Amino acid sequence: MPRLSQESRQGLTLLSPTLAYALVMLAAPLAMVVMFSFWTQDYLDLDKTFTLANYREAWTQPIFQVLMWRSLKISLIVTTTTVILAFPIAYYLSFHVRSRKALWLFLITVPFWTSYLLRVFLWKVILGYNGVLNSALMNLGIIDEPLTFILYNANAVVLTLAHAWAPFAILPIFIALEKIDRSLLEAAEDLGDGPLRRFWRITLPLAMPGVVAATLIVLIPTVGDYITPKLVGGTDGLMVANMIQIQFGKANNAPLGAALAVSSMIVVATISIGIYFAGKKFGGKVK
Amino acid sequence: MRGIGKFISSKWLVVYAVAYMLFLYAPVILLPLFAFNDATIVAFPLSGFTTKWFDLLWTTDALHGAVRNSAFVALSTATISTLLGACAARSAANYSFPGQKGVMGFIMLPLVLPEIIVAVALLVMLMQLGMSLSLWTVIAGHVLICTPFSIAILSSAFAGMESSLEEASLDLGETRWGTFRRVTLPLIMPGVISSLLITFTISLDEFIISFFLTGTDVTLPVYIWSQLRFPSKLPSVMALGTILLAVSVALLIVAEVFRRRATRRQGMDAGSTQGLV
Repeated sequence: MPRLSQESRQGLTLLSPTLAYALVMLAAPLAMVVMFSFWTQDYLDLDKTFTLANYREAWTQPIFQVLMWRSLKISLIVTTTTVILAFPIAYYLSFHVRSRKALWLFLITVPFWTSYLLRVFLWKVILGYNGVLNSALMNLGIIDEPLTFILYNANAVVLTLAHAWAPFAILPIFIALEKIDRSLLEAAEDLGDGPLRRFWRITLPLAMPGVVAATLIVLIPTVGDYITPKLVGGTDGLMVANMIQIQFGKANNAPLGAALAVSSMIVVATISIGIYFAGKKFGGKVK
Repeated sequence: MRGIGKFISSKWLVVYAVAYMLFLYAPVILLPLFAFNDATIVAFPLSGFTTKWFDLLWTTDALHGAVRNSAFVALSTATISTLLGACAARSAANYSFPGQKGVMGFIMLPLVLPEIIVAVALLVMLMQLGMSLSLWTVIAGHVLICTPFSIAILSSAFAGMESSLEEASLDLGETRWGTFRRVTLPLIMPGVISSLLITFTISLDEFIISFFLTGTDVTLPVYIWSQLRFPSKLPSVMALGTILLAVSVALLIVAEVFRRRATRRQGMDAGSTQGLV
């Protein structure tokens, strides 16, 4: 083993409490989930012989396939909408707001420090059959009967998640845009690029690291979201996290729940790595 | 021509930005609106002003227990995760060692991990160890997800600090502890307070981990979750939400003031991005 310099040792010592905590409370539990997923459970008895049965079930049973596909589809739609809607805001903040940037950023983040649970629940109140939106529209005479297609389905899940994750998309894109050297834009303009061409060839590629970060920050947690599908998704909007909870709770089949959790993490990680490299290929350098 | 194009596009961007902000604030505005509304049903038209939903909260004992539990969990979480965050942030800002990036990445991992994975993993471990669920298991989970936020806030505090000030103090005969207490700590104090407030707020609002890891003592969000099933309880949930909103916003404004004071004290540009991510 190579001898560490004194500086390295001091740095590691300082980091050790935090690292130890993360090892005990994160690495060990995650390792245990993986181990669990290869075991089986019969009521309270845990059978510790190695088996792939849980994975076979998780990947072949139609119910799990449907839930996994739906989770992926919903969170991909959410991610795309959120990032596309967030980009103009980040662009506006970075390029058009001069003196009050911090205030704008603060205003964007404030609604998101209120309870996530309550925010999701508020969407249910807004979209419900006798909810705020329907009662308002009926009062105004725009509709005669309450709209029913807006709650308890995948649309409601998409809308709610897109709202809940908005600032997480805005901030990374904003930071990437702030880092762009403004003289590059002037150079492009002087050399005859129109605004669109300039945006496509310089602004967007240089903003790409932020766009990729925003995509991943929204995509990964939304695949595993529990509250939103449970509150506004109805039966057609349930996602994989709800199934994981059921397996750990009512169904009392923790190993299958663990296999589902590990499987969805593998799928999400694979997609994330793909997005990361795609983003690297497109962005970073000015063409 | 180009000038006109620029004018139009920036005007549309303003319109878009305002519309977007309305979308962001729409659900939150409903909280106070219906908390003071004199009707059991949460729908338009509004029927009149009342404070009875707030009065109802003062007489609900189960709620008071949940508030006490949440306060205990949030205070403990804020203290522990800020301590852990300070160690890691200091190490990341002032030292380098092989594999540092990977280790820090691992510690920051809970930031992107779905909370249900963290919750399930901790639950599996506690089950295996045969430990019973309590407020302490909730705290353990909260510290895990709050520490990365604390590291992010304190890293910028440490990065902005002149290490020559500490060296000067050591050269002038202060002990290491004295230097820490009289030089380092005052310089990073605004960052520490900002970290305490942010982690406190996160812990106060966190639901999934509490839902999985709580025993018989419930935290506030778990209590609210149990109330959502009863339509008649809706207005008082709105009232409770209004109070929570007010507390969170107040804490955030204080945190923001301290963060700005920190950047100003260190003579840095009042960076608009730091501490927010």
